[in-house]
Amino acid sequence: MSENANTPKEALLSPKNRKLLSDPIGKDNPITVQVLGVCSVLAVTVQLKASLVLAIAVVAVMGFANVIISLLRHGIPPRIRIIVQLTVIASLVILVDQVLKAFVYDVSRQLSVFVGLIITNCIIMGRLEAYALQNKVWPSFLDGIGNAAGYGSILILVAAIRELLGSGTLMGIQVIPDFMYNIGYVDNGLMILPPMALITVGVIIWIHRHRDKSLVDVS
Amino acid sequence: MQELVNIFVKSIFIDNMVFAYFLGMCSYLAVSRTVKTSVGLGFAVIFVLGFTVPVNYLLQNYILGKGALSWLGPQFAGVDLSFLTFIMFIAIIAAMVQLVEMIIEKFSPTLYSSLGIFLPLIAVNCAILGGSLFMQERNYANISEAVSFGLGSGVGWFLAIVGIAAIREKIRYSNVPAPLRGLGITYIITGLMGIAFMSFMGIEL
Repeated sequence: MSENANTPKEALLSPKNRKLLSDPIGKDNPITVQVLGVCSVLAVTVQLKASLVLAIAVVAVMGFANVIISLLRHGIPPRIRIIVQLTVIASLVILVDQVLKAFVYDVSRQLSVFVGLIITNCIIMGRLEAYALQNKVWPSFLDGIGNAAGYGSILILVAAIRELLGSGTLMGIQVIPDFMYNIGYVDNGLMILPPMALITVGVIIWIHRHRDKSLVDVS
Repeated sequence: MQELVNIFVKSIFIDNMVFAYFLGMCSYLAVSRTVKTSVGLGFAVIFVLGFTVPVNYLLQNYILGKGALSWLGPQFAGVDLSFLTFIMFIAIIAAMVQLVEMIIEKFSPTLYSSLGIFLPLIAVNCAILGGSLFMQERNYANISEAVSFGLGSGVGWFLAIVGIAAIREKIRYSNVPAPLRGLGITYIITGLMGIAFMSFMGIEL
């Protein structure tokens, strides 16, 4: 596989490390391929702003959680590793929650329980289990950031589609020009309702798998 | 009594965990391949939600909330521990799941072996933590309302997963476009089921 177009060109990153960062955004996307972390991707995607904040929160939590678990990986007894992971994640999420409450209170109200639900977002636990427990700190950090970015990119994409079609705005700014409304264009109110998030993600998966045949589910 | 029934029905149909809030989607998508296993997981979720929501309700109202510690004495009346909510809730959930697992293993080994790996998985099911967080946000008046909300949400989740599993068993015989097979079509069906459930919106008992 050639390098993904999204890869940042930084000298610090060897090709292997770059793959860690780019794969989850494209062909190993946590949501469309690994089926992790779908819980929150759907509910907060009515507006772009809230999704952007949640995506940043997840990137922060995941990057740090991977680093901490990777640092501790020789000291964690395998039998209690899930409790240790949950404690680390929960502490990080409390930090994020307090920061959000302090600086962007209205968005924090809008996200309501979904900040707390980052704790049980399977993508974080999944990457800790599958990657950070076995690997060194720097690759784990990249893996965390990459997967969170893959998650965030779908989140933002779905939110942009829903907000554009549902209310004709992006980030709260009107995008559809007035003359469109004058000649009879109407916002699709259905896009704001929860079920359309599922259908949007379904269509994104469809397109994604159509472009990359190796992902097609054969079962 | 009427209030309890209202909360119960509302949390099954109107505020359905899967269709309205997308909670517990990970296990919902991963375990819904056959009806049999999804029934097992559904029962486990009802069970655990029915336990953890009331326990976390007590925790919220007697330890964590603002002024909740005042039963210890007037000097504790201003204490607000609500920043500890997440870590306490998740600890309670992990402990309750462990406890439920041990109880089932002791009293009903057959149920235990049929639930198998699903029980420990429930600790990281977003629906469980989501139930507790919604309970906290909605400020239920007393513990029986919390119980009714917990059980109702569990039943709603059960209905959703059994429904999708039944549809997925049938859809194997249909001619779905190849890239849409598996995950994609499951999302779209869930969306359609969600639209069907939307017809319950606005019902007041």
